[in-house]
Amino acid sequence: MYYISNPEIKNLESKANDIRQSVIEMLVAAGSGHTAGPLDMADIFSLLYFSVLKHDPKNPDWEDRDRVVLSAGHICPVLYATMAHAGYFPVDELLTLRKLGTRLQGHPHRTALPGLETSSGPLGSGLSQAVGMALAERMDNPYTSKFIYCITGDGELNEGQIWEAAMLAGKEQLHNLVVIVDRNAIQIDGYTKAVMPLESLRDKFESFNFDVQEVDGHNIRMVNDAIGKAQSVYGQPSVIIAHTIASKGVDVFERDFRWHGNPPGKGPEDRVPKGEQAEVALEKLRTLGGLITPSDS
Amino acid sequence: MFAEHLDKKICTTEVDRVPNRNGYGEGLKKAGEIDQNIVALSADLTGSTRTNIFAEAFPERFVQVGIAEQNMASVASGMAAMGKVPFIASYAMFSPGRSWEQVRTTIAYNESNVKIIGAHAGVSVGPDGATHQAIEDMAIMRVIPNMVVLAPCDAIEARKATLAAAEYVGPVYIRLARDKTPVVTTDESPFEIGKAELFMKKDAAHKKTVGIIVTGVLAHNALTAAQKLQEEGVGVSVLHMATIKPLDTKALDTFASEHDILVTVEEHQVAGGLGSAVAEYISQTNPKKIIPIGIHDEFGQSGEPEELLAHYGLDSDSIIQIIRDTI
Repeated sequence: MYYISNPEIKNLESKANDIRQSVIEMLVAAGSGHTAGPLDMADIFSLLYFSVLKHDPKNPDWEDRDRVVLSAGHICPVLYATMAHAGYFPVDELLTLRKLGTRLQGHPHRTALPGLETSSGPLGSGLSQAVGMALAERMDNPYTSKFIYCITGDGELNEGQIWEAAMLAGKEQLHNLVVIVDRNAIQIDGYTKAVMPLESLRDKFESFNFDVQEVDGHNIRMVNDAIGKAQSVYGQPSVIIAHTIASKGVDVFERDFRWHGNPPGKGPEDRVPKGEQAEVALEKLRTLGGLITPSDS
Repeated sequence: MFAEHLDKKICTTEVDRVPNRNGYGEGLKKAGEIDQNIVALSADLTGSTRTNIFAEAFPERFVQVGIAEQNMASVASGMAAMGKVPFIASYAMFSPGRSWEQVRTTIAYNESNVKIIGAHAGVSVGPDGATHQAIEDMAIMRVIPNMVVLAPCDAIEARKATLAAAEYVGPVYIRLARDKTPVVTTDESPFEIGKAELFMKKDAAHKKTVGIIVTGVLAHNALTAAQKLQEEGVGVSVLHMATIKPLDTKALDTFASEHDILVTVEEHQVAGGLGSAVAEYISQTNPKKIIPIGIHDEFGQSGEPEELLAHYGLDSDSIIQIIRDTI
């Protein structure tokens, strides 16, 4: 397990803050898209791309890289923003999100942008693709340490295909598969509990032969330790249920399912009027009450 | 007169009858010998899709996914992303029938090098009935960008189609039948993705000319009908289109210009399949009457294959009758 120092954690938190600001700016420029998931997954994406992954932004096709499969394609603003900040493409390009001719399609298109591992959006199929990658890798190298990280939403777990894929991953004992569930408790129509109760998620995954961990998805040290443990599990796939706060980072957007599918400027008005949503969000992120000094990257 | 390379026994009682899925099974094993990256996936229909031949030869390259066709399609896409060449086989009704969105998004949109094998297509599946008779598969596959659609006419051609699909880089759909069907071609018959083959050329002496365009295992019925009509004084040619997409427009240009009437024959809904593909093209280039023979907007049902083909107007007698009535 990789020990992560306090200065490193502070740096990753700072990167997450940069990512969140980019997410807001991209969504405002696009005029549509999803806000809650991208904001609440910024800490995990920062940890993955700036610490955990074996990857090379300047050589995205490097064969020995780890794979990140974003099954919940609709939270792609956080993936694009993280990739840009990691050096895959210019940060300025983020403002082309969802516009005609862009490489940053509204939902990811694998062949449009180097560094994307799959096209996704229709929910549930990313986990199957990650299972396929893990299987193919293990065929060639049974003791592989090349990991396939699959990011799913929690509402996405309503899809039957998820459980078809989980069944196969468990049967095949795919130790090189690490699933991270964004357990933000919301989906587009409401709270996950109301739309389709998911619990006990732990029991469900355990019964499919997964090693299951539950963490605070905003505690970078906890997530890092959980990924480290998942890498050391053998004979089983792993799932990390990351408990997150929907729209984390912008307190006036947090925990409200209505921020699932709306960009700043078009979200619910109870706490901030539409016209001020983008500005308020960026101001909150830039200062965070002075807790974090934003990096200059 | 029949093309030289065709089996001499066609249109005789001695003609060999072999399910064309056997050709797939043999072709896949051969492809697996040639290319170590070829893998096969099955959704609990390993024997009846003939994937068992590959699975027994290369157990380490075979994945049993259970009865989960949607998962199978996307798992294959993931394997292709790592350099494998996956063949996924099930009944056409389930794959691509049930897994259509996964095929579209995770295979075709991803430009994944996955080969989709839809066995038990057509009403000639027989007693299992309409739930298992895919007569819409060519339409739903033809409409997907990047997808190649093949419907081989017999076991020998299915073997060649499988080997060609293994070599081709990109998504391919191969449609197969359940029933034992006449072997029309020989090892010498040419096969190339995207190329139609003239199986029978009309007698130059006849004034009225009909061009039959056929795909899949009905090729034999089309040839039988054509031979009979020729004896009755009608000039009939048969063009076999094993590739529905990309359409061999060059062959169609020539064929359309040489015949008064065109007839399309397929074991599929007339909407969206071969007939549609031909009409879409010919209507722009050489508009003429096209008689579509196929299933006319209804479901199949239980029965013996021969009975069903007769019932739905797809046997040689029906083809003869429809052409006689037209000219």
